[in-house]
Amino acid sequence: MIAQFTIAAAEEQPPLIPHLDELIIGLIAFAIVFFFLSKKLLPNINKVLEERREAIEGGIEKADEAKTEAESVLEQYKAQLAEARHEAARLRQEATEQGTAIIAEMKAEGQRQREEIIAAGHAQIEADRKAASAALRQDVGKLATDLAGKLVGESLEDHARQSRTIDRFLDELEAKAEATR
Amino acid sequence: MSADPQMLAFDPNCQIFTGCGFPAPGLHTFMYEPIVTVSGFEFTKPMLLAFLGSFLIVGFFWAAFSKPKLVPGKLQMVGEAGYDFVRRGVVYEIIGKKDGEKYVPLMVSLFFFVWILNLWSIIPFAQFPVTSLIAFPAGLALIVYVLWISLTFKKHGFAGGWKNILGYDKNLGAILPLVMVLEFFSNLIIRPFTHAVRLFANMFAGHMLIVMFTLATYYLMNSIGFVYAGASFVMVLAMLVFELFIQAVQAYVFVLLASSYIQGALSEHH
Repeated sequence: MIAQFTIAAAEEQPPLIPHLDELIIGLIAFAIVFFFLSKKLLPNINKVLEERREAIEGGIEKADEAKTEAESVLEQYKAQLAEARHEAARLRQEATEQGTAIIAEMKAEGQRQREEIIAAGHAQIEADRKAASAALRQDVGKLATDLAGKLVGESLEDHARQSRTIDRFLDELEAKAEATR
Repeated sequence: MSADPQMLAFDPNCQIFTGCGFPAPGLHTFMYEPIVTVSGFEFTKPMLLAFLGSFLIVGFFWAAFSKPKLVPGKLQMVGEAGYDFVRRGVVYEIIGKKDGEKYVPLMVSLFFFVWILNLWSIIPFAQFPVTSLIAFPAGLALIVYVLWISLTFKKHGFAGGWKNILGYDKNLGAILPLVMVLEFFSNLIIRPFTHAVRLFANMFAGHMLIVMFTLATYYLMNSIGFVYAGASFVMVLAMLVFELFIQAVQAYVFVLLASSYIQGALSEHH
């Protein structure tokens, strides 16, 4: 109860009238805060915030550069790829054309060789035939004179050879054969 | 028992059903016996809390910002968040980036100073919002008031300054004198008062409610009264959480208004 009397005595000050001593203490306490923050700590952090902002913006710029570079490289690659495809198509086309040409050439060559071989064969046959015919003519002439000599009883051989009678006879025969052929 | 003056209002034997009336908290709740008296100057608990608050803020920001790093640590990150909240959220928003930059330190200091003085309300053993003593908000409002007036006259000159303060506008015609009288009272007399009292009254009322429910909890803790004491204690907890919110809001409103006054002084038209 004694305590409550003490309170009653202290209660006289209206609450909306500031105490001068409290006002001064409040201003001093605030001044301490304001002094340290405005003189040292906030300028400190401002500097770092500014540095950080620059660092981040620099990073963004770098990233942009890298992006544009990557895009241009990609573009180059695409162009090169298209070119390579085009080249490949061209080469293929060329090869096809060349192949066709080679095949045609080979065919022509083969044809030519075949004809040559055939012609050579024909010539050979002709020569053989001629040789055979010449040989045959001799043999037939000899056989005929031999036969005629045996039939006549004397050798007509030398005479026949000189007179060329047999030759003429055979030529006639041949001409007849030619005519009837 | 006389060591803690707030205990003076409190009689431990006074409880319900003992024939003792409820010792309702009153203005005496906000009166403190001095801790020490130095040649007539009485140093009280709220003053101690004000200084402790200053040291806490400076200490925190010293730890966070004295050696700032490009990649911030946790503490620096928290400090930056608080700093940025006031800088971008209040000053840039209201005064603008170009004009406002100069006033950022003042507003940051005001915000954190007011906030910590409010916060003492719910911090154990302190348990008193220093801003519930009108002298503390009044001092801060005075700083803003003086700054506002000096900026007004510096920016607009003597005649222009008065026009700015009185809301001079030719287009108003006949009602101009009336407007000027109103603006004179509103800006020069009422505004600093409301600026301080808004903060003071919120903290005063909040503290009063917490004290009342706390006292009631103790007062009811007797026989059947325990049942009601529980309800009263729940109210104490609810009020503590609510006050935590109000403390931040009031600190925010205080710097918001300070910024808008300064913006008014710097703008061309009132």
